[in-house]
Amino acid sequence: MKRRTFLRATITGSAIAAIAGAGLLKPMQVLAANWPAAAFSSKSVDAALTSLYGTSKRVSSKDIIINAPEQAENGISVPVAVKTTLKNVETMSIYVHKNAQPLVARITLTGGGGYLRINIKMAKTSRVEFVVKADGKLYTASKSIKVTAGGCGG
Amino acid sequence: MARKMLMRARQTGDIAELMVRIQHPMETGMRKDKATKKIIPAHYIENMTVTHNGKKVVSCDMGIAVSRNPVMGFGLIGAKTGDKVTVSWKDNKGESGSYSQTLKL
Repeated sequence: MKRRTFLRATITGSAIAAIAGAGLLKPMQVLAANWPAAAFSSKSVDAALTSLYGTSKRVSSKDIIINAPEQAENGISVPVAVKTTLKNVETMSIYVHKNAQPLVARITLTGGGGYLRINIKMAKTSRVEFVVKADGKLYTASKSIKVTAGGCGG
Repeated sequence: MARKMLMRARQTGDIAELMVRIQHPMETGMRKDKATKKIIPAHYIENMTVTHNGKKVVSCDMGIAVSRNPVMGFGLIGAKTGDKVTVSWKDNKGESGSYSQTLKL
């Protein structure tokens, strides 16, 4: 993107943000109260899953398609993407097994597509697990990503 | 303070992929300032929501393991040129922001 276009987009963006901010305040306050603090501070994947869904039982699924690198030179920002063809997807979440706090993010879908792309931090080489809740059941797929330099703390 | 945000969408198969970039430090609260040896307090986005034509379609809860200046991608169903998309976020220090755009696919 050219610098000029970038600047223009940013300026218009902040003007709209100021207007939209007032109207959107209420739903955001409600959401903030629902931020699953216990799940995000969980030290293991199973504990985080239990905290979010009440169970850590999950079955592996071929309908979860992961797009992530085999190896990341720097763990400070590893782009991963996950797509699912499962029907009635309710939530999708990402876990890095060897991070101190494995849960990275969780999305709740209320009409959005079963797709999530995110840049994650990884402390070291680890299995990255993607859990999809569809039709009340948990489905999972995972991929191991090699990290040459860690990206947490320092 | 309004943080810089950028948004772009493209059609990929049956869904439209909405890419959002936010300028945000995403501090973990585990990192030390090398000069003062003090821990830098955690500062990260907790929640992001995507509104498509006035309807909330995706809500994303995020933790400290999301990278700095996050680039997030979400899926939109039945998106077309002219649709209005708004992304709002809120962080653990009570900062928030929102960005709207008319889609061009």
